[in-house]
Amino acid sequence: MSTDILRFATAGSVDDGKSTLIGRLLFDSKSIFEDQLDAVERTSRTRGEEGANLALLTDGLRAEREQGITIDVAYRYFATPRRTFIIADTPGHIQYTRNMVTGASTSDLAIILVDARKGLQEQSRRHAFLATLLQVPHLVLAVNKMDLVDYSQERFEEIKQEFSAFATKLDVTDLAFIPLSALHGDNVVERSLNMPWYDGPSLLHHLENVHIASDRNLIDVRFPVQYVVRPNRADDPELHDYRGYAGQVAGGVLKPGDEVVHLPSGLSTRISRILTADGEVAEAFSPMSVTLLLEDDIDISRGDMICRPNNRPNVTQDVDAMICWMSESRRLTPGSKLVVKHTTRTAKVVVRDLLYRLDVNTLHREEDAADLSLNEIGRVNLRVTQPLFADEYKRNRLTGGFILIDEGTNATVGAGMIVRAE
Amino acid sequence: MSQASEALGRYQLSQLDFLEAEAIYVMREVASEFERPVLLFSGGKDSIVMLRLAEKAFWPAPIPFPVMHVDTGHNFPEVIEFRDRRVAETGVRLVVASVQEQIDAGKVTEQTGRWASRNRLQTSALLEAIEEHGFDAAFGGARRDEEKARAKERIFSFRDEFGQWDPKNQRPELWNTYNTRVNRGENIRVFPLSNWTELDVWGYIRREGVELPSIYFSHRRRVFERDGILLPDTPVITREEDEEVFEASVRYRTVGDMTCTGAVRSTATGLDEVIAEIAATRITERGQTRADDRASEAAMEDRKREGYF
Repeated sequence: MSTDILRFATAGSVDDGKSTLIGRLLFDSKSIFEDQLDAVERTSRTRGEEGANLALLTDGLRAEREQGITIDVAYRYFATPRRTFIIADTPGHIQYTRNMVTGASTSDLAIILVDARKGLQEQSRRHAFLATLLQVPHLVLAVNKMDLVDYSQERFEEIKQEFSAFATKLDVTDLAFIPLSALHGDNVVERSLNMPWYDGPSLLHHLENVHIASDRNLIDVRFPVQYVVRPNRADDPELHDYRGYAGQVAGGVLKPGDEVVHLPSGLSTRISRILTADGEVAEAFSPMSVTLLLEDDIDISRGDMICRPNNRPNVTQDVDAMICWMSESRRLTPGSKLVVKHTTRTAKVVVRDLLYRLDVNTLHREEDAADLSLNEIGRVNLRVTQPLFADEYKRNRLTGGFILIDEGTNATVGAGMIVRAE
Repeated sequence: MSQASEALGRYQLSQLDFLEAEAIYVMREVASEFERPVLLFSGGKDSIVMLRLAEKAFWPAPIPFPVMHVDTGHNFPEVIEFRDRRVAETGVRLVVASVQEQIDAGKVTEQTGRWASRNRLQTSALLEAIEEHGFDAAFGGARRDEEKARAKERIFSFRDEFGQWDPKNQRPELWNTYNTRVNRGENIRVFPLSNWTELDVWGYIRREGVELPSIYFSHRRRVFERDGILLPDTPVITREEDEEVFEASVRYRTVGDMTCTGAVRSTATGLDEVIAEIAATRITERGQTRADDRASEAAMEDRKREGYF
């Protein structure tokens, strides 16, 4: 069972054939079970629909089934002999932008579905923008319903060119175009015989082979200290002085013997051992959860950062970031006081300035905006009560991303992507 | 890091190593940010895997929170024996929330009739124990692949002072940055196995050499069939006259309350055989073995709203 995991997000609405596509991937990989299919058929019949409405598989909440829309992210799982997949099935409507942002935040790849008859819609541009804002490393523009345009190469090329032109405005690193028909299975699992002009891979083949190992940051060593392991066993000489610093590697590769610096103190020491419950490891990289033992006794606690002497994150109280605002009841305005959680560190924060609000459909910057309301995205300057150990989000999603919390309601009201920290 | 990861090439993790790293991170986050966490332990395979992960997350220190069993009183004896042995081995403190005590005190009323089960009564015992002990976080072994309402739930799932889940108003959950803030009386249900599938759990049990209660393997048992589910012949289930008891070779694919957990016909006595059978089955584990999900299409969502696991 030595396969790796690819996490991908699908964005779109029922009309684009998103549910049909997911249904087909699950069905063809034998991840839909007979009793699930029976239940879906039963419900479809009760509602007077023909055949099995596969959207009922992913729309798991009562309200979603009632309204026939996806409201929140659903996670689905399937595996092929090559890879294990986690799908974040996200809603496409602008009203649920925050849910798409949530699904994209952990994804390696995003599939943007376009109906070949309709071509690029406002919604497709928005999805592509959000995926790149969240720095999803791989994008797939899936041109669906090719059967309804007679599998026309011309139509596919038209959409491809239009999207390529739009994509130059975005920060896209890897972009693939796949013509398909989710309903008939063309280019979903097997290459389609109906489109001999297309010489690329099927969607599943692409998902199985896209190279993700180098997407994680393996250069900048970042180890946010999460938990201090202290067995406190006076009777055991081995454990008497044991102080382990536990956490999940957020970047770079750590090895025993490496010289490291502790932040905020700036003190240097060396890693003596890297441990897991299974024993010592020779190197640790993201996303491994490990425990570091250090040569010197330094006062280290949760929220601190371990890095390399010549490669440190910015230590700063001033953060310039893109914010996706997620609160239904409160607006973000200059002067707003909030709580920020960044890696394992939590602090208070005040919004100094709202530089602009971004129209997510046109990418136009509205510089006279006074606030951000639900699902709006804007660029802000924040002042934090204590220093964060921060990187640009482009460089590292884990040390460049943060959430904002309302202190009164404890709700998560915003997601932030650091543009500059200095 | 396991051999599976090494086989993949440099700087890649196998799916089990990935899932383990995520679960350990989640457990450490809870131990850091909450005052009184508890791990819900039923003696079922998922909670057994959670307990193993908790041992690994804090090693060589002991697990820094107690475990709690919500005891319906309708347990498989093999599972209770296993629970007590495993608790003694790990040295962790066991809290038992008893449904029987709730019934005796008149706080809840026992269902009657053919489908009577204490499954739903667990919610009341669970919520009262959370309140009584002041638990502000409770680890549950639920997985998103189990059921469609669970597929929608966050890893850190907020519950209000009545223990209720509001599926339309969940906290957005980005990256690995979890919002752990609660007011007094509220709590978070934490699901470290959210991203695991049933086969991942079995694969991890095999890899880690984790022991399971004997009922997960084939054994002879007196059973009867009801609506396609093989229920055990026990005084706690009222049988109809036409429901005939017979002896069969069975194993359990899930372990819950005796009254609503069905057995699977099987001769698989070893872990490899059990995994091979599960890999080949075309029916989900809850569909095959749980009577409690058959009440309605939204049975799980409705129970979860009330505060169920």
